[in-house]
Amino acid sequence: MEFFLEPFGFEFFRNGVWAALMVGTLCGLIGVFIVLRGMSYIGHGLSHAAFGGAVLGYVINLNFYVGAGIAGFLAAVLINQLAKGNKIKSDAAIGIVTTAFFALGVALISRVRQFTKSFDAALFGNILGVTTVDLIIIGVVLILTVLAVFFLYKPLLFSTFDNEAAKVFGIRTELIQLVFSLLLAMSIIASMNVVGVTMIAATLVIPASTARLLTDSFSRMLIISAGVGAFMGVAGMFSSYQFDAASGATIVLCGAFIFCVVLLFTYVREKIDTHQHMHRHGGVAHSHPHHHDGEHEHTHSGHTHKEPDTHSHEHPHGTEYHSHEKEKGPAK
Amino acid sequence: MIRLKDVSAGYKKNPVLTHLTLEIEEGRFAGIVGPTGTGKTTLLKTILGSHKVHGGEVMVMGKPVRSLTPGSIGYVPQLETVDWTFPVTVEQVIMMGLFAQRTYWPWPSRKEKIQVHALAEKLGVDQCLHHHIRDISGGQQQRVFLARALISNPRLLVLDEPTSGVDIKTQHDVLHLLQSLNKEGITILITTHDLNAVASHLPWVICFNKTVIAQGKPDDVFTEEILGKTYGGDLAIIRHDGHLLIAHNAKNKHNH
Repeated sequence: MEFFLEPFGFEFFRNGVWAALMVGTLCGLIGVFIVLRGMSYIGHGLSHAAFGGAVLGYVINLNFYVGAGIAGFLAAVLINQLAKGNKIKSDAAIGIVTTAFFALGVALISRVRQFTKSFDAALFGNILGVTTVDLIIIGVVLILTVLAVFFLYKPLLFSTFDNEAAKVFGIRTELIQLVFSLLLAMSIIASMNVVGVTMIAATLVIPASTARLLTDSFSRMLIISAGVGAFMGVAGMFSSYQFDAASGATIVLCGAFIFCVVLLFTYVREKIDTHQHMHRHGGVAHSHPHHHDGEHEHTHSGHTHKEPDTHSHEHPHGTEYHSHEKEKGPAK
Repeated sequence: MIRLKDVSAGYKKNPVLTHLTLEIEEGRFAGIVGPTGTGKTTLLKTILGSHKVHGGEVMVMGKPVRSLTPGSIGYVPQLETVDWTFPVTVEQVIMMGLFAQRTYWPWPSRKEKIQVHALAEKLGVDQCLHHHIRDISGGQQQRVFLARALISNPRLLVLDEPTSGVDIKTQHDVLHLLQSLNKEGITILITTHDLNAVASHLPWVICFNKTVIAQGKPDDVFTEEILGKTYGGDLAIIRHDGHLLIAHNAKNKHNH
């Protein structure tokens, strides 16, 4: 117990845990939309753009968050505009815009070498880098995001599911996209000092992907993803302290571990739920994976016994799903 | 119901529709047929108001299409474009048809739930409301998206390729369902590649190839001359026992 409680004696650790908890929840929530929209790469790109903005902001005596914020938002809008046309796809737009911003930051750092140390936390995340101001900013962004997801739940869900149809049905998809871009940019900037720009993409994608493995419901996916994000944030921060490693790396490693465990769990669950054996539908003997949810008779080596199953299950033949009534005779 | 006057749409340098004029009366059940890449989908999107036009006027129900209140037109997209892995249930998909109503509460109201259940029952998908959209049959999937389009009680229903990617029985069922909805007074417009389905089920057909080649009853419009102008001349028309059958003319070279 001492092992777990001891680091809480330090203020910097308490700050770090609060920050990681909020950043994990924040990235978990936003990550659901990122994963379902197939934009996993954008978190990675925007964080790099924000980094470029932060360095530029430093050069012209702007606050870290202001420089990073302007660059992040500008990059999101530019990507959106570039990808609107039919010649440049969104992944290429992300590659061009965000790398250009990042290159600007790198060029400025390499020109004035003494910058390098100051931006370590932004690059890799640092438990020591979390200040009270950081906590307030992360908290405000988290509250704004929760409120936006709550009150814009319906248009966000519809435009994420099918943007084209949502537009036809009267959803203001461009406004929703703008709000989402703003939330994403704010989340990335708020998370930068805790997770680091090089790790943010994973922090956005891992909780949502883990949640997707566990549920087929959008609302539950949001809740599970936020929970997984919060847990991996705290566990990662604790590991960062214990192993004296960069917090961004430990948070992502904890997330990757949780993802692997859930992946294994869902694989095993699926194997148990769905099994395959030879059986008959009408006169045709065949096998395919199917679920057993009642009872049916089996004949094995001359004796007959009952097993949980009805042979009334849905399965595809060709492109069409259909169900069969229970077999009278024994399945082979 | 629908009036397009001198409409140009598509890409500015390469417009798909140029100076198109088309009128579709209220109460019609019409099918737009034509080869791939000739502007059927652009035409549909123009009528739906989701495609910017460079010139002309698009009027639906007597108003400019972009000034219509949300839900005035019901829309069913091509099922091939749907993300079947997305975590939503049948009930949630149908409910999306009401999402444009300006309510900020994330949960559906009791009234909305009753509305969804009643429509799902009418379309025969009430037993699978809590199923994931991937776990239902192709016919049910088509009905679910039809229910989403109908939930706001539109007077015009637009369907993009409702007969593609489904088996012949489902195709037949969907077209019959559309027929009965049309009898209830809903104007229906579909795009399709299936000329035989149009010939046997639809009372009105529009042959389209960048412009309207002809429109009318299938018996009048499905002639070798009109289909030749629409498709490029490799279709044969067989009339048998009061039925129309359109087939590729194997003697001619295919023109893809």
